[in-house]
Amino acid sequence: MLADAWRYIETHPTQFVTALGVHVALSACALAIAALIAIPLGIVAARRAGFALAAINAANIGRTLPSLAVLALVMPILGTGFAPSLVALTLLAVPPILTNTIAGIIGVERDVVDAAHGMGMTARDVLHRIEIPIATPIVFAGLRTSAVQVVSGAVLAAFIGGGGLGDFITAGIAMMAVPLLLVGAIPVTLLSLGADYLFGTLERRLTPQGLRAE
Amino acid sequence: MITLTALSKRFANGAAPAVDALSLDIGEGEICVLIGPSGCGKTTTMRMINRMVEPDSGTIVVGDRDVTRIDPVELRRSIGYVIQQVGLFPHMTIAENIATVPRLLGWDNAQIGKRVDELLERVHMDPARDRNRYPRELSGGQKQRVGVARALAADPPVMLMDEPFGALDPITRESLQDEFLRILHELRKTIVFVTHDIDEAIRMGTRIAIMRAGKLVQYDTPEVILARPADPFVESFVGADRALKRLSLLAVDGHANNEPPPADAPRIARSGNLRDALSSLLSVEASCGAVVDVNGAVTGTLTLDAIRGAFAVKAEARR
Repeated sequence: MLADAWRYIETHPTQFVTALGVHVALSACALAIAALIAIPLGIVAARRAGFALAAINAANIGRTLPSLAVLALVMPILGTGFAPSLVALTLLAVPPILTNTIAGIIGVERDVVDAAHGMGMTARDVLHRIEIPIATPIVFAGLRTSAVQVVSGAVLAAFIGGGGLGDFITAGIAMMAVPLLLVGAIPVTLLSLGADYLFGTLERRLTPQGLRAE
Repeated sequence: MITLTALSKRFANGAAPAVDALSLDIGEGEICVLIGPSGCGKTTTMRMINRMVEPDSGTIVVGDRDVTRIDPVELRRSIGYVIQQVGLFPHMTIAENIATVPRLLGWDNAQIGKRVDELLERVHMDPARDRNRYPRELSGGQKQRVGVARALAADPPVMLMDEPFGALDPITRESLQDEFLRILHELRKTIVFVTHDIDEAIRMGTRIAIMRAGKLVQYDTPEVILARPADPFVESFVGADRALKRLSLLAVDGHANNEPPPADAPRIARSGNLRDALSSLLSVEASCGAVVDVNGAVTGTLTLDAIRGAFAVKAEARR
């Protein structure tokens, strides 16, 4: 069966490479856009207790929505194709990054922030030199969760014509062709594991030494 | 050095004022201890001096500068700040922590490195060993040593210390109190020191400001506060053993005579205080003790009558 899947890839290289490329592009773009939205939003939200709570609650509701439901909700508004899929995946990626950014900033000990202000750091200094470095590992843990979620969620883009490896899976299911299904499923699994590994490594690398477990 | 005039702060409209028309004058090189029960406004008063809390009314003059007219960021860089939980930056090394204010002030690296080593030595840490360690590797006492070194980094004339020894075990606390008292006197820093521990206040303070409900109840030297509490509140605050506390402020040296002590007299350290001496005498039911210097040589005799006399003379002189 695996051999059949491999033969399919060998005989349809362009199709496979294109789908893989779309899948990676879709995931990477969604993650990047989500990070650009969620990290600054999280930093701002963390400044006000009420806002932070509201943002975390909204994000948690967002997280409980099934990925397919998000895609289905986007389709009537934005139609089908790459862009609507990107929007849906971005929506999927925002909550973990947002909640972790807020938790990371709020989690910086009050005494540390008080000492920083008391010694004459400006609000900007405190954010850049104290809060962000200390929150970085937690923000990266959020990015890691989002990355894995987006890579697997991107499979569903096939349902709204977004392309990617999900095309092979849906086609495989429709035609009851297991090898074709595997052409999509195996690379997606490897991509998820790869994303998890990549962000896990970044998380460790970017953890300031003083904060690392002994 | 620091003059507070009619300083008031109310945190919420309608609430009782946290600090109520407080005036206080702190001389250069003095350690002014703010003390009182929880919620008396002592920490708020301290935090208004570096504008971590903005006063509603009143003036604060530090040196010759009106604090409310200076940019708070610039002001804070010129005032040392030490808090109970230390607040070391966990992601920075000890050296980086100490270098915080010099870096904000734009010192060059060579100058900063030299200063960091100098300060680590001053607070009795080992630069070679500790410079590149992280806060989590230090004990509570070591953290507070670094906290004080960090506050001293840019050599500020004024330091604010909010219960700096509050989180330490009694033994570490006492040795750090003695050590920092010496360092701060050597450096002639003017210090505002907040505590709720009367023994610490008596030990550390040049003058003690006792506060209640945002108001200053009594502001005087430890001796006077113990000898003549202003009202029943101060009297109960300083404790029923205030006479003994006063003795703890008096040195054995100066109250002993030069006569040779009886052979069986208990030994009393010349560098100690009268309270400990009295305790030693009472515990062995002796009426006098042999005063000995650091080498163990007998230098004279301290009698119970001398202790009683010292106490009376001191009280008389204050009247």
